[in-house]
Amino acid sequence: MLNPASGIPAEPFVRRLILLLAVLFLAGPAHAAGPDPANWSEVLTSARGETVYFDAWGGSQNVNAYIEWAGSELFKRYGVKIVEVKLADTTDAVARIVAEKAAGKDKGGSVDLIWINGENFASMKRRRLLFSPGWAEKLPNWKYVDFETKPTIRTDFTIPVDGLESPWGMAKLVFFYDQARTDPATLPKSAKDLLAWAREHPGRFSYPQPPDFMGSTFLKQVLCELAPDPSVLQKPVNEITFGEVAAPLFAYLDALKPYLWRHGEAYPKNYLAMKQLMADGELDIIFAFNPAEASGAIEQGQLPATVRSFTFPGGTLANTHFVAIPYNAAAKAGALVLADFLLSPEAQARKQDPKVWGDPTVLAMSKLDAKDRARFDAIDLGVATLKPSELGPALPEPHPSWMERIEREWKKRYGVGN
Amino acid sequence: MIARLGPPLAVLLLAGPVLCGLVGTVLPAFGYLPALGGTRFTLAPMRDLLAEPGLIRSALTSLAVALVTAAAVLMVVVLFVAGWSGTRIFGRILHLVSPLLSVPHAAAAFGLAFLIAPSGMIARLLSPWLTGWQRPPDLLIVNDPLALSMTAGLIVKEIPFLLLITLAALPQVKLAETRALAASLGYGRIAGFLFGVWPRLYRQIRLAVFAVIAFSSSVVDVAQILGPTLPPPLAVRIVGWANDPDLARHFLAAAGALLQLGVTALALIVWLFFEGLAGVVTRRLGQSGRRWRGDAVLRRSGLAAMVATAAAVGAGLALLSIWSVAGLWQFPETLPHSFTASAWIRTIPQIARPLGITLACGLLSTLLAIAVTLLCLTRELQTGRPAGRWALTLLYLPLIVPEAAFLFGLQIFFLAARAEPGLPNLVLAHFVFVMPYVFLALSGPWRAFDRRHEAIAAGLGKSRRTILFSIRLPMLLGPILTAAAVGFAVSVGQYLATVMIGAGRLPTITTEAVALAAGGNRRVIGVYALLQMLLPAVGFAVAIIVPALLFRRRRAMRAG
Amino acid sequence: MTEKGLTLDHVSIAIGGRTLLEITHHVRPGEVLTVMGPSGSGKSALLAFIGGFLDPAFAAKGRVFVSGIELTDLAAEERHAGILFQDPLLFPHMSVAGNLAFALPEAVRGRAARRRLAEEALADVGLARLGARDPDTLSGGQKARVALARVLLSAPRALLLDEPFSKLDADLRQQMRELIFSKALKSALPVVLVTHDEADARSAGGPLLRIGE
Repeated sequence: MLNPASGIPAEPFVRRLILLLAVLFLAGPAHAAGPDPANWSEVLTSARGETVYFDAWGGSQNVNAYIEWAGSELFKRYGVKIVEVKLADTTDAVARIVAEKAAGKDKGGSVDLIWINGENFASMKRRRLLFSPGWAEKLPNWKYVDFETKPTIRTDFTIPVDGLESPWGMAKLVFFYDQARTDPATLPKSAKDLLAWAREHPGRFSYPQPPDFMGSTFLKQVLCELAPDPSVLQKPVNEITFGEVAAPLFAYLDALKPYLWRHGEAYPKNYLAMKQLMADGELDIIFAFNPAEASGAIEQGQLPATVRSFTFPGGTLANTHFVAIPYNAAAKAGALVLADFLLSPEAQARKQDPKVWGDPTVLAMSKLDAKDRARFDAIDLGVATLKPSELGPALPEPHPSWMERIEREWKKRYGVGN
Repeated sequence: MIARLGPPLAVLLLAGPVLCGLVGTVLPAFGYLPALGGTRFTLAPMRDLLAEPGLIRSALTSLAVALVTAAAVLMVVVLFVAGWSGTRIFGRILHLVSPLLSVPHAAAAFGLAFLIAPSGMIARLLSPWLTGWQRPPDLLIVNDPLALSMTAGLIVKEIPFLLLITLAALPQVKLAETRALAASLGYGRIAGFLFGVWPRLYRQIRLAVFAVIAFSSSVVDVAQILGPTLPPPLAVRIVGWANDPDLARHFLAAAGALLQLGVTALALIVWLFFEGLAGVVTRRLGQSGRRWRGDAVLRRSGLAAMVATAAAVGAGLALLSIWSVAGLWQFPETLPHSFTASAWIRTIPQIARPLGITLACGLLSTLLAIAVTLLCLTRELQTGRPAGRWALTLLYLPLIVPEAAFLFGLQIFFLAARAEPGLPNLVLAHFVFVMPYVFLALSGPWRAFDRRHEAIAAGLGKSRRTILFSIRLPMLLGPILTAAAVGFAVSVGQYLATVMIGAGRLPTITTEAVALAAGGNRRVIGVYALLQMLLPAVGFAVAIIVPALLFRRRRAMRAG
Repeated sequence: MTEKGLTLDHVSIAIGGRTLLEITHHVRPGEVLTVMGPSGSGKSALLAFIGGFLDPAFAAKGRVFVSGIELTDLAAEERHAGILFQDPLLFPHMSVAGNLAFALPEAVRGRAARRRLAEEALADVGLARLGARDPDTLSGGQKARVALARVLLSAPRALLLDEPFSKLDADLRQQMRELIFSKALKSALPVVLVTHDEADARSAGGPLLRIGE
């Protein structure tokens, strides 16, 4: 038997064998140190001919089609080839980069650009897995970015961005309902209201199973509303006070569970599953991080035309999503060119169109010239989309450690059956 | 002769990845993996594993699903073959069920989900006139905690597999003669079959039953689509851990994979126990003298179960195709409000790469498997010794060792060897699963070949090579292409091997379909599932059409 | 051992340590040696031994000569021992003419020449102009004759007959016996016939060897 406390050094020959194999299989052309975005024409020159592997959550066809479009434009304009690697979960790609670093693969990594924010960004930044020094604010299109009125562009889930990721789109928690089924007057105005509403409409509300991003977002929304002192959420979790701070959240979830869809014995996998359940008439209130999502879904025949949006007057969570370049990316110049293109008014306007994707822009209208502003003005946001002025206050995201901690707690309490 | 290389090559390519994979699982399970910083043996990964909430439940779910699936599949196949083989209905049902073998598991699971969900087709057909439901009922059917949907999904997919394996073994047991004898002694159809044929037949298909158990105990794609989520079955959690950004989780995943090996082994042990028990009971009953002539109900239920299987999968696939072109389709409408090609239009531009990888990997792994199989079979001719029990066990090895257990280790092994996730690795991983099916499909017709044709050709002064290339291979072209189609279908359906060995860099139609399943967009799922199904169908069409064209004026070649 | 014809020199065949037969015999050109015995007596194994395709499960000793050439150590394809089975076993993926062309020795060059020889061989067994046909569309008697034409066309050194008449009906059986034996006589081929039908032996007219009794 092995003694787990002392641990026994492994057979040296195994190590030698792996070393041998490592030498045998060592591959991948060496790349020069990263390109400098301050010298943009040089970036464009070395980007030409590169293939950029863009790892992005691939669960939405709209997003995939948009990336496809961006890829074809980039190839036409700059000779950079984009291959979207569709992820079921962003952590898949983060895991791969972690494994590559551990295996000493510091060049020619498998990910060139990654769609990321919050917890995954914090984790990659902490592990020094990101291309640095900060490059995002040196991109040519940075001059249009609205970092003044959108603080989440420079602070991602309380973590300073430091130019290690480039903003791509804005997110705000918005709820959807079908006015053919639900009277707008009865809609909940806060998390507490929502519990009362669920009691009166059993089986008509649910949230995606954490650690799905939207499910965890719902937990954080409730946490932010109910925590005795929300300011502690901006700091890392303190294990001593965690129980006290999170108690109202779990009391709330305990009270909510019997009135959830399927009595809380199963949860939708993610937002898209919730959307399908609303279309089927199983759920009456769903929520998303994209205010234009419902309009897009109506446009594509996925939701009935009578669906509308609402938010809580007291505020809902808001954040920004980004693209980042791993430290060992094989095609850094190409990745920079793609990140910059995604920031261009043209790409941002197209993205905001609900017929395409409907993801709100990170740019400031005031910084655009008349022609580019016209692109945005021409967009029909759709019947179900709230105007920016109707979106209500933005609640700041808690420190990423909270998300991880409440996900773990949720799994223990609700994630393993009864 | 190059054929000499066949058997060692098969051993290397089949057992090699499985054994490397197991080593790659066991070492990290005890903390050893220098590439990820583990240089000491420790029990910490095991402790972490045991500390995972709901672990026992996940493991028990896997165990129960495996045993129930195998028992149900075996029962349906036995009742159907016992009650109906040799009848005209048998042939018709066979035509209905055989194509189902090529339907990938994920596509079948999606189809079933669309059928039985509270908002699914069955509920729509019965609502509101019978049920009064204006909205889908709040019933937990898909993803139920008892894994009933998942078990059903596995049963309908494994029935065609075991049925076809059983049919292949039937000629060796003189079914018609034994049946006539049993009938003359006054035994009912099923009893005559059970007492007279079954013990010998079961010995022939036993490894295939083990394969069903191993597969069901460690399946990932079907579990993700239909299985419980609170908590999911063990294999799904292993994949989750293997993909976790946290390094320590790789060790946890390895420990989990080792547990998976244990769960599958336990399932097989439990099965062996019941196998023994059933043998004793059958012998006792066989000697009691009772004739069991009134077996009409049993026979009919066997037939009904078989028809239901074909109908469920068939209806599911039809539903998938409707959803792929559906506009708004609200409950309880039986047909969509409108039709649109938008899901197809949006999907097709994105399909080129996954399609290319699916085709390349499928064709290469199939080609390799056909080549190795032909070498092995040719070698068998030269030595005059048919492959023995050990060879069959070797063939079934990749099907009996749970895939989650050795694929995870193989991934670690490739990582440690710094082999880039690329097509060669993927082809090798697919080959491991393709080869057994190709060999099983081809060895029957190959061995049944009338060797006197070769004696005649030799007497005509033809060399071995000429005989092989002008007589045996052309005459076996049909079976070879069919075996290739089977192999290609297996490759197209591979989920776990593609995800783990391809490291997400090599998407196929199947991995894309399962990734999109998370999105729940039925239209897109419909598109991908149809494509997933179409590819094997094209393979089988080629296997039928090419010989038909080549030998269109050779009647005897068409009959076979 | 240099005389014309087929010589079996101390041939013995055993399986699992049990000796099935021991034969020393000389078959003159045009002569038919009939070997009779019950099933399992090893009579088909004898033909397989002469032809060079004996299953490795059997153990065989002894030597076989044809007109001074020792066959024993030659590969099957070097022996040129033509064989007919009870089934005609035409290659189903080739036309009738294709079957015949396949049998023609390589030495015959040129498409036209090979085709002409094939057609002649067909006419020779009374099947003129059937070359383009699918073998499966022929009658049983026609198939048997194509099989005979095929084996003769390969210019064999000896002819081995493994119950070739047993599946034919009575009329046809007599016709085929006469056809085969007359062709063998004409080509001066030594013949070994294995059968359980006494009438075959009588019709063959040559020496009769009973084994396994």
